[in-house]
Amino acid sequence: MVTNSGLIYLIALPLFGALSLLLLGRRADKWGHLLATAMSASAFGVGLFQLSEMLNREAESRPVTQKLFSWISVGTFNVDASLLLDQLSICFVLLITGVGTLIHIYSISYMSHDPDRRRFFAYLNLFIAAMLLLVLGDSYLNLYVGWEGVGLASYLLIGFWNQKAAYATASKKAFVMNRIGDMGLSFAIMIAFASLGTVSFSGVKEHAHHASEATMTAIGIMLLVAAVGKSAQFPLQAWLGDAMAGPTPVSALIHAATMVTAGVYLIVRSNFVFDAAPTAQLLVVIVGAITLMFGALVGTAKDDIKKALAASTMSQIGYMILGAGLGPAGYAFAIMHLLTHGFFKAGMFLGAGSVMHGMNDEVNMRRYGGLRKFMPITFITFGLGYLAIIGVPPFAGFYSKDMIIETALNAGGAKGIILGSVALLGAAITAFYMTRVMILTFTSSKRWDDNQHPHESPILMWLPMAILAIGSVTSGFLLSRGETLKHWLEPLFEEHGEHTELLPPIVVSGLALLMVAIGVAIAVIKYQLSEVDAVAPEDVTVFTRIARRDLLQDDINEALFMRPGQALTSALVKVDQSVVDGAVHGMGKMALSSGSVLRKSQTGFVRSYAVLILIGAAALIAAIWVVTK
Amino acid sequence: MSLDNYLYLSAILFTIGAVGVVVRRNAIVVFMCVELMLNAANLTLVTFSRINGSLDGQVIAFFTMVVAACEVVVGLAIIVTIYRSRRSASIDDASLLKR
Repeated sequence: MVTNSGLIYLIALPLFGALSLLLLGRRADKWGHLLATAMSASAFGVGLFQLSEMLNREAESRPVTQKLFSWISVGTFNVDASLLLDQLSICFVLLITGVGTLIHIYSISYMSHDPDRRRFFAYLNLFIAAMLLLVLGDSYLNLYVGWEGVGLASYLLIGFWNQKAAYATASKKAFVMNRIGDMGLSFAIMIAFASLGTVSFSGVKEHAHHASEATMTAIGIMLLVAAVGKSAQFPLQAWLGDAMAGPTPVSALIHAATMVTAGVYLIVRSNFVFDAAPTAQLLVVIVGAITLMFGALVGTAKDDIKKALAASTMSQIGYMILGAGLGPAGYAFAIMHLLTHGFFKAGMFLGAGSVMHGMNDEVNMRRYGGLRKFMPITFITFGLGYLAIIGVPPFAGFYSKDMIIETALNAGGAKGIILGSVALLGAAITAFYMTRVMILTFTSSKRWDDNQHPHESPILMWLPMAILAIGSVTSGFLLSRGETLKHWLEPLFEEHGEHTELLPPIVVSGLALLMVAIGVAIAVIKYQLSEVDAVAPEDVTVFTRIARRDLLQDDINEALFMRPGQALTSALVKVDQSVVDGAVHGMGKMALSSGSVLRKSQTGFVRSYAVLILIGAAALIAAIWVVTK
Repeated sequence: MSLDNYLYLSAILFTIGAVGVVVRRNAIVVFMCVELMLNAANLTLVTFSRINGSLDGQVIAFFTMVVAACEVVVGLAIIVTIYRSRRSASIDDASLLKR
């Protein structure tokens, strides 16, 4: 494989930015944000350069590696810290650095009044570096380092305003739930090491064919657990909504465009594992299908604009996971949806941030309304993202989501019909809740107080939104024209033989559009044509109540895990106090009391000692006499 | 005369010494009783040396005498010091180690 010594700069530049901002402290307050943005932009430049280099080579010699140093070398087990840039990672590199740079620019203005802006940019750069390491690692162990790094950055950024107790709790919640997923990844690495003797992607790929299916299934399920934790999929989805406590650019970058899609990357990267483990693959599609419905249903009931978008993110990642679980037919589409989603969801989050910026940080959509007149640019960019996510042609989401629905329908048999219907129904619900967000925010009648003065955001904020909106419009068309992305990624995946077609593509597209139209129509009737309450109505059905409580995700987690866990720990504390501490303290007490008894024999009178010595000597002699007689 | 009589004598001397150490309070007397016990032991050693026709016992008796001489020096010095500080030669008065 071709080696290339330039890959390290992708990671080193943002890492340098993060370290210098953190180490220089207050001295960097004045120019820290500029340095961080420059570092992110230059990483994007390196990425573009690598892409142009890659385009000049033949398909089979496109991947490049760089060995940094020999990390672990024990007997026959060798792990190098090396980077791998292939057709899949370059997509991510450009998404991360490109969207990342735009969000850096946006944050310069968005965070301008925050006294801790420098720290914010340091964490953003740290995140970029960790995420790049995640997608560039050439083995599961290298990936794991980046995986933990993005978890740390996510934790730091969700709790960025940790002076508010609720935000600090949200970051802790995200951290703890991510830990369950991380455990899955470490188990996968351990199983791969124990049974295959290698943890590199290429090594595991070589073994994938002749290793037992049980091993591959075990690795696959553990990787799925990891993906589920990081990508907020069912049943570890509960942290994403609370993660919206972080500043809005963080929600756009980490909790919409990049980090939460790391699970999809992991599954697509491990395609050889899942191709060899049909059971694990089936679990992947089940998780994806459940989550896409789950997120969509939660999205219909949320009044907080960021939480509605977070639910939508969860649902869209459900689509990606579903696509990734459909095997070789779906990998490319999962990645395509990931890329287009990166554009439109990041754009919409930035739009939400812009709305909050103009509305004194109000997040309740019931307190918005009629903002189209006051924020025309935000309205247009958000609207383009909206058209992209609900899947209206020719916007990006249409191409990517349609492909996933089509592949799901063509999965064959009852599985295909069930998955296809779920995906279609999800599309209708997506259209409904996104239209609801649109109407409540921009087009319905004004519901805010007169002391609010909504205004358009400055250029540093709307420019990134505009660029992302252009991406939302064009990326789907560009990536799917002549199946560009599919052919680009093809060398990485196994060929898939049979290609069944349940319905012709045009019919599928028609069905999807019909579902979208139904969803939009219901939302328009419910919110545009009738008056919306400024306060959420209380007399609602039990279903609405459940959806408002995130389908009881927290209640279930608390009842099943948190309270039994707390009971277990308090029981263990009792055991510790009574049994363990009891034993230790008991030893001390025993020594003390026996000492106070024995002390009485020490009278201090020489003559009593003499008597004891005498008795002892006599006893000794008597004993010897008895024994030797 | 049987050599056993020497052994009986030394046993009697040792017993007298031991009883003296235990029952008397005067440090000087206790000290003399200790000397008595040492010499009883010496007598035993010498007697067995005679019985067995080996000089080992006599050699050890010499060592005992040397040790006893040293012990007298140190012991008397302690007794004199205690007497000076406490105006008493009773060993029961010198029971401070307990505290």
